[in-house]
Amino acid sequence: MAEVQTNDHNDSGKKNKQKKQTLRVDFTPMVDMNMLLITFFMFCTTLLKPQTMRLSMPTKDKVEEEEQNKARQSSAITLLIGGDDKLYYYEGMPEAAYENPDFLREIPYKKKGGEENEENIRTYLIKRNNGTYQKIEELKFQLADEKITEKEFTEKSIEIQDEAMKKLKIAPTVIIKPTELASYKNLVDVIDEMLICHIGAYTILDLSDGDRYLLYKKTSKGEYLSDAQRAAGIK
Amino acid sequence: MAKVKVKKQSTFIDMTAMSDVTVLLLTFFMLTSTFIQKEPITVNTPASVSEIKIPETNILTVLVDDKGKIFLGLDNPQDRVATLKAVGEDYGYDFTAAQINNFKYLATFGVPIISMAGFLDKTTEEQDKYLLDLDNNRVGIPTDSVEVKDALGVISKDNEFKRWVSHAKKACADRQQALVESGVIKDDEVQPLQIAIKADQTTDYPVIKKVMDDLRDMRENRYLLITNLRTASSE
Repeated sequence: MAEVQTNDHNDSGKKNKQKKQTLRVDFTPMVDMNMLLITFFMFCTTLLKPQTMRLSMPTKDKVEEEEQNKARQSSAITLLIGGDDKLYYYEGMPEAAYENPDFLREIPYKKKGGEENEENIRTYLIKRNNGTYQKIEELKFQLADEKITEKEFTEKSIEIQDEAMKKLKIAPTVIIKPTELASYKNLVDVIDEMLICHIGAYTILDLSDGDRYLLYKKTSKGEYLSDAQRAAGIK
Repeated sequence: MAKVKVKKQSTFIDMTAMSDVTVLLLTFFMLTSTFIQKEPITVNTPASVSEIKIPETNILTVLVDDKGKIFLGLDNPQDRVATLKAVGEDYGYDFTAAQINNFKYLATFGVPIISMAGFLDKTTEEQDKYLLDLDNNRVGIPTDSVEVKDALGVISKDNEFKRWVSHAKKACADRQQALVESGVIKDDEVQPLQIAIKADQTTDYPVIKKVMDDLRDMRENRYLLITNLRTASSE
């Protein structure tokens, strides 16, 4: 392979008879060096490019914002992110049901296994956002079969979300309210569920006093509060 | 007794094929990977399904560790220097050419402006050692709002973090404006500085909220949250 054979075929064999020479180049040092370089690259570089998640927070301009929130809240799902990886939700306005203990429900992040129809946040959101979810999932299949391009997919899915939001008014608005005990992971997990369930409208807001009251009632159940629960429930 | 004649055998192994393989591997690593950036703290980012890649240029990374220490990373050295000068001016600090040159090589920085000059005089090893002591309040960019009188005697409530961000934003815009004027890039190629938040998944929500609130005060409402890709194993 690395041999260059220089055979001069001189049939006459009289004059300039050259010695048969094999020119072998030893590649071992080259391999050594390459291996070193590869090791260097493997240790000092990364193949993974970090992924990002887009997040838009509401502006701090207070003009009429409170009013808007109230209007939207009547048909909204509010998710309260508590400590210890707990998640609670209620539908509509909290003022409507201060006396109803089942108003605020706890819901797990993911299925713990076991029961078939156990509800978790994903199944619940998909159920609530079913029309949009089905349509976008169909689009996803088309994308996988390469019937549509990536660009078309994004445009169409935004279109579907907008339509469900504005014309049909079937898409739920999700209000995410993390408590002081929530971790960053909890927040990202919840936003992730919004992406998975194709929820177009979601926003992150601060807890209201009503939410604190509901959480307090839910977590205390009339018993003595732990410090963690007290912090989650009341200021 | 007849001697056993050992046949002379060549032990030469042809390394050409091996060399080919290593060169191929090396090329692959060089083309696909990116260098790991040196960061003062290691953060374990949460996982998400979002597959948006982080933009390569014009990005300001806000690195938040689980105790709320903030470090900033700016990708363009030119912007970095301009930002340092502007923030130094705000607080009445001047930096020598050597200090500025040192700052040019700091991809991620996080020292209060008071200790910045001293920090930049250190060697790289000393800087690393200094940053290791995370309990030191001279590490991390301060986010407490202390009223500061600037050079013109105007009292401002902006904390250092806000100043760094707003000056970085301005430096990035100015640099691109200059490029537009000299005809290097077109008007529509100008990208505003995007803010990426890179936080550890165990970080408490109030810490993140504080960062976001500060950014929202400056009407920065869109962020990129840096996440890992969620794989089946991490489900």
